[in-house]
Amino acid sequence: MIQELIIDGLLVVVIIACLILFKIASDNMTKKQKKNLKRIFIATVILLLVQTLGVKVFAYFGDNRWLRLSVYLLIYYIIGSDIVYKAYKGIKNGQVFDENFLMVVASLGALLLAIIQNGDYMEAIAVMLFYQVGEWFQSYAVGRSRKNITELMDIRPDYANIEVDGKITKVDPDEVKIGDTIIVKPGEKVPLDGIVIEGHSALDTAALTGESLPRDVKVDDEIISGCINMTGLLKIKTTKLFGESTVSKILDLVENASSRKSKSEDFIAKFARFYTPIVCYAALALAIIPPVFLYFSGNDPEVYTWIYRALSFLVASCPCALVISIPLSFFAGIGGASKEGILIKGSNFLETLSKTDTVVFDKTGTLTKGVFEVVAIHHNKKAKEELLYYAASAESASSHPISKSILKAYGKDIDTSKVKDIEEISGEGVKALVDGKVVLAGNDKLMKRFGIEYKDCHSIGTIVHIAIDEIYEGHIVIADIEKPNAKKAIEALKEAHVQKTVMLTGDKEKVANLVASDLKIDEYYSELLPQDKVSKVEALLDEEKGGKLAFVGDGINDAPVLSRADIGIAMGAMGSDAAIEAADIVLMDDDPLKIAKAIKISKKCLRIVYQNIVFSIFIKIMTLILVALGFANMWLAVFADVGVMILAVLNAIRCLFVSKL
Amino acid sequence: MKKTYEIEVDCANCASKMETAAKKTAGVKDAVVNFMTQKMIVEFEDGQDKDEVMERVLEACKKVESDCEIYL
Repeated sequence: MIQELIIDGLLVVVIIACLILFKIASDNMTKKQKKNLKRIFIATVILLLVQTLGVKVFAYFGDNRWLRLSVYLLIYYIIGSDIVYKAYKGIKNGQVFDENFLMVVASLGALLLAIIQNGDYMEAIAVMLFYQVGEWFQSYAVGRSRKNITELMDIRPDYANIEVDGKITKVDPDEVKIGDTIIVKPGEKVPLDGIVIEGHSALDTAALTGESLPRDVKVDDEIISGCINMTGLLKIKTTKLFGESTVSKILDLVENASSRKSKSEDFIAKFARFYTPIVCYAALALAIIPPVFLYFSGNDPEVYTWIYRALSFLVASCPCALVISIPLSFFAGIGGASKEGILIKGSNFLETLSKTDTVVFDKTGTLTKGVFEVVAIHHNKKAKEELLYYAASAESASSHPISKSILKAYGKDIDTSKVKDIEEISGEGVKALVDGKVVLAGNDKLMKRFGIEYKDCHSIGTIVHIAIDEIYEGHIVIADIEKPNAKKAIEALKEAHVQKTVMLTGDKEKVANLVASDLKIDEYYSELLPQDKVSKVEALLDEEKGGKLAFVGDGINDAPVLSRADIGIAMGAMGSDAAIEAADIVLMDDDPLKIAKAIKISKKCLRIVYQNIVFSIFIKIMTLILVALGFANMWLAVFADVGVMILAVLNAIRCLFVSKL
Repeated sequence: MKKTYEIEVDCANCASKMETAAKKTAGVKDAVVNFMTQKMIVEFEDGQDKDEVMERVLEACKKVESDCEIYL
């Protein structure tokens, strides 16, 4: 009696849930989901009517058992026809042992038992009904979370506004050639990489980098495709074809991801391949062996009881929870990471990343900005600005990175008519006539050459000494400066349980020491040639005991190292094809904090995977034992199966939410 | 040559079943199914007619997962 009340209550809950879902969520459903929800709804309503009024109605017709059977068969047909069809197709195509097969055998078996005994058909129907409810829920939840991700990754531009002879036409981005002028209006996506030739605006780069702060662009700035133009009209001269533009590269990465399967996924796929046939045979054994044994030992064989137990065993054994939730966890983890500007090329890399205990950095471009900047001006008598003015003027014709950084620090335009007789002395510096004065700007060799007494500098970096009319006026210190987040990034790695951080650099010992001690990096190796970096990483790989080694580089010159490490992480590498190719993980912007974030995401994802594996297998085995011993009936088996699946799927979807890590 | 197709598939496991089926199809060099973006990227062997190959891919996928759809 109590069980019947519970069953009726459950049916009412399903009906109400269906109604609510129809009301609030029908826009978010696919056609198939709508159709299946209707089927569940209709079947449940009929079932409830039969349950509550059935007894009287059937009594009115003289308790005809065939009438009763045909009503239940109708319900079974409504709710289970597609599963039966799928199982049939599976058998026909040689894919016998799958979930559909398990469910069909169990429910049809229970139905047959009920027919023979003229008993309760409810259980057979319930198996199908609740299996369908579980499937529907799973499909809906997955669909919603998938939409969540794809909407955010929706960076593919649909068209480009091209300007030809002052007229604007919409064309396919594929048709735009290099050097064409395109127009991007506010609210539109930038379709191709290029350089701004007119207008200024703020760009929303969130879809590319995960960075929510808009970026300002003006004339002559480079602009990458996939950003959304927010405020002003921009005219852009394209520098790349659509196929080579950033947006295509990213889409290619995202869409090609997860072709490489992780060990856990492989395990589950293999597990399912063996598991399903094994439980089928176990169920068969459960139906045959005990009755035979009982019969020969002179007891009542209780054939029906054992068949019933075997059928319940089949229901309980369904591996859906594992088979569905494990790949889903990885998909969600990779999706969630890409929302944060971290592109992971496959679920195996996510898995390896979670085991990382050593992170090796290439200094330049990852921990430091990789561009030289004036960090100090030590002047004598002349004012700082004046010193900088002379230095900048003398260096104005040079394209050397050092000269460029001095010009950048000066910041104003140089009147080149005032600069004459520029003479570059290779490896030493320049000599030039500025405002009629002889200016020498260069290293100590240059000073020695002209016999000028200079002061050594205690600062670390490149020193440019300046002499004006043979009088020493001071020096400018130029250095590659640390990224603002570099220190935090190393701390965050420690928090993420990375045991060891190592820095490799081609730079001088003094510079390396300063950066490493400032950032609290455990080990550093300096004055390395590119090939030395490979051998250093190989040596570090040999030292690894169980953990994994990740190498982080900016993609310039370090493609071989990226591919040699367990995990290669390329930073801000949207420009470098070699790096994207060689790396396993690509960070879309160059913030080193993202490395720790990627590791945290991978750990969370793998934790969820293990939770699901352990939890599902544990519950499965428990119910299988209970069922085999006769402590649990088919109802419990259904709920164990559907319940575990729903919980595992919900848990897997948590992998999506990684923004707060 | 590579081409991307829109697909419709319900569960992550079915997606990997489709991927395996597509990879085994004659004329396909490599295939990737991305469940999250609902895309199938097929790399064809040289000199193959892609429409013809895709017919076979669709057939093979329908065999392992009757619910799936590939929009050719």
